[in-house]
Amino acid sequence: MFLLPVSFSINADYFFLQFTIPIDNGDSVKNAEADSQRTLYPYVTGTSIVAIKYKDGVLMASDMGGSYGSTLRYKNIERMKAIGKHSLLGASGEISDFQEILRYLDELVLNDNMWDDGNSLGPKEVHNYLTRVMYNRRNKFNPLWNTLVLGGVKNGESYLGMVSMIGVSFEDNHVATGFGNHLARPILRDEWHADLSFEDGVKLLEKCMRVLLYRDRSAINKLQIAKITEEGVTVSQPYSLKTFWEFKAFNNPTAGAEGSW
Amino acid sequence: MFRNQYDTDVTTWSPTGRLFQVEYAMEAVKQGSAAIGLRSRSHVVLACVNKAQSELSSHQKKIFKVDDHIGVAIAGLTADGRVLSRYMRSEAINHSFTYESPLPVGRLVVHLADKAQVCTQRSWKRPYGVGLLVGGLDESGAHLYYNCPSGNYFEYQAFAIGSRSQAAKTYLERRFESFGDSSREDLIKDAILAVRETLQGETLKSSLCTVSVLGVGEPFHFLDQETIQKVIDTFEKVAEDEEGEAGEGDAEAAAAPAEQGGGGAGDQDVAPMEM
Repeated sequence: MFLLPVSFSINADYFFLQFTIPIDNGDSVKNAEADSQRTLYPYVTGTSIVAIKYKDGVLMASDMGGSYGSTLRYKNIERMKAIGKHSLLGASGEISDFQEILRYLDELVLNDNMWDDGNSLGPKEVHNYLTRVMYNRRNKFNPLWNTLVLGGVKNGESYLGMVSMIGVSFEDNHVATGFGNHLARPILRDEWHADLSFEDGVKLLEKCMRVLLYRDRSAINKLQIAKITEEGVTVSQPYSLKTFWEFKAFNNPTAGAEGSW
Repeated sequence: MFRNQYDTDVTTWSPTGRLFQVEYAMEAVKQGSAAIGLRSRSHVVLACVNKAQSELSSHQKKIFKVDDHIGVAIAGLTADGRVLSRYMRSEAINHSFTYESPLPVGRLVVHLADKAQVCTQRSWKRPYGVGLLVGGLDESGAHLYYNCPSGNYFEYQAFAIGSRSQAAKTYLERRFESFGDSSREDLIKDAILAVRETLQGETLKSSLCTVSVLGVGEPFHFLDQETIQKVIDTFEKVAEDEEGEAGEGDAEAAAAPAEQGGGGAGDQDVAPMEM
């Protein structure tokens, strides 16, 4: 995974330090240098991804926001991308790590295409490859700070799976990342069923995204819905959800508890 | 092929553009005992003749399982064959681990061929002295490949390698057009009949051959002696009946073909490491 430096003699320290895990040995200089080589915190992050299996394949929804801490800094980030012919990858978490993953997958798909032998990488293969990558990075204490959602269709079979930054990986009929775990999953558990039509699937995803928009402070009202079927991937144009703020309870929010405390 | 001044090194070309060491390696394949492969759209059968060093020893293992969906039969230097089988198993299992999906046989075969090619272009190496019949599945169905010490590989509907394989090839050439749509049972029968051709008159017994099958929905496995004998019985009995009708009386005596001694004498020219 690491591109080793071309000249070992000049970069001997760099080469050595990449594999040093900082420990509490009192050596703050070496530790600081080692720390600068690994991911400690995420900086620009994407929020939830929600995805479901439906009749013809998989539907995935995400907003287009990239937060810089508490600032909603970037508003045009596509967090869902097609991988090869059969898969769709959505990511929440550090955007730069997502872009790095896209580079790895690009190379993987390229090499797969170069074989030109009628075999192609399906969603299951991509999901397992990503699981290996994420888990190995976690073992080196240098994670890719993402939760990935991998959906796809191959030979009529739909596939939907998830990998976290620590390498936890599983498949399911519906998945959600980040805040979606807490806000969207309960809705999906109640309302998902097999063989949803496209319209019903979109409605269900929009319902989840609306709740996330109301309650997740890093969500923005600009979302995309992506669909993957046997024919291929389509990512919709960005659009916004209608919201309603005229709930009576919002009118006088402190009615029940006046005063500063 | 006669000795000449260009055949010492694998990295020496002859003036006519040949690499003699590579060709000599291919000769080693021809000295090994026969291995046969055939395929239909959904199944591959690999069969070989069991040859033992002496009456006291067991026979050499010539067919290896590489994965549930890939098997290989070898002819030539069995030690080289074993090493390459280990490499193939390693490639298959690494792919399975990373992608949770079976390695397409066509890709494995290319890796194998590239590995063999390396040995034809290094002065400190020698070519592998073994030919491999690789049978396996990928997305487009069943495939059979032949990997040569030269680093070439070819896809076949049916093929035979090793000593007296020409007899088997002649039999297969007559029948191969029907293999694509053959049933699994017919394919096995054809494989055993092809093995019989290489025995040149020796009695065909289940102890003399090893047969393996793999297919869509059927992982690689060896057929047990009983099953093989049953298949043999279906056509040996027909032969017996025909001879019984042609000449009365000792149908059994007439059916007993030439002795095993004929098979044994031919082996004396074969080096012990080649099977």
